[in-house]
Amino acid sequence: MAKIKGAVTVETERCKGCNLCVVACPCQVLDLQKKEVNNRGYHFAYMAQPDKCIGCASCALVCPDGCVEVYKVVEK
Amino acid sequence: MENNDIIRPENLVYKRPALLSENHMHYCPGCSHGVVHKLVAEVIEEMGLAESAIGVAPVGCAVFAYNYIDIDWMEAAHGRATAMATAAKRLQPDKLVFTYQGDGDFSAIGTCESIHSCNRGENIAIIFINNAIYGMTGGQMAPTTLLGQKTATCPYGRRADLNGYPLAITPLLAQLDGTCYVTRQSVHKPANVRKAKAAIKKAFQNSLDGKGTSVVEIVATCNTGWKLTPEKANLWMEENMFAKYPLGDLKDVDAKK
Repeated sequence: MAKIKGAVTVETERCKGCNLCVVACPCQVLDLQKKEVNNRGYHFAYMAQPDKCIGCASCALVCPDGCVEVYKVVEK
Repeated sequence: MENNDIIRPENLVYKRPALLSENHMHYCPGCSHGVVHKLVAEVIEEMGLAESAIGVAPVGCAVFAYNYIDIDWMEAAHGRATAMATAAKRLQPDKLVFTYQGDGDFSAIGTCESIHSCNRGENIAIIFINNAIYGMTGGQMAPTTLLGQKTATCPYGRRADLNGYPLAITPLLAQLDGTCYVTRQSVHKPANVRKAKAAIKKAFQNSLDGKGTSVVEIVATCNTGWKLTPEKANLWMEENMFAKYPLGDLKDVDAKK
């Protein structure tokens, strides 16, 4: 069966750490940085469990600041 | 497969619309305005209207909308966005003219303009963000504030005997003959975001086709004004806002045919 693999990139300087992408993700891929912050002092989002990503773009759809880009590959 | 193999231009499935400018948005973290801005930019881009769209910005948090979406904008006096849009559309009927207003603008100070431009059936699209509070000025009670909801000016909750009842303006507008499409959406979940995008697209198409006024109400959160985290604000909206402002189409003249 074809396996779908996804990945997201977060524009860390735009991210405001609102946590909405973390909640929207159906596979619990994303999380907010615990200690690291961007130049504005926000704990930005990152891929905590990259293997689980399916590239569904739920995170990008709900992101108010448009800082998530989604990539998807179907492995044959 | 490593992440670096996946993150390649040919595998891209979602990116920020090019019409959304590089400026950092001034909205609070988790504000619904950002999502709606993104949807408006996406729809205008997909319809190829970047050169022929005119937006009318309101007074409220979205007052700086012209900084974020790279199309032609006008800034209206408080509540008068639909009046300005009327003029713009009548002078340039081939353009897409839409207003982007919050509840303080559209259903409080601008109620007169809102109702009359909808009643005249102006060929404009109205995007109405309803977060039940005056967000920009610090979270005061708005006409749309729910009964019992606590705000800066009703710290013990809104009372019907003192403050009156919350105003749901879109059902009023749906009764008018001038409107062709009145719908209520939200943007708190991915599925709702997709539905809201389809609604905005339909409203813009109606405006171009000259069918009448289209109103897209977006039930939104104001997590700072509500004094909640963004995710808790979404839950609070589901529990409380949707009871008074249920989602769905209120009027669609095409559907009846």
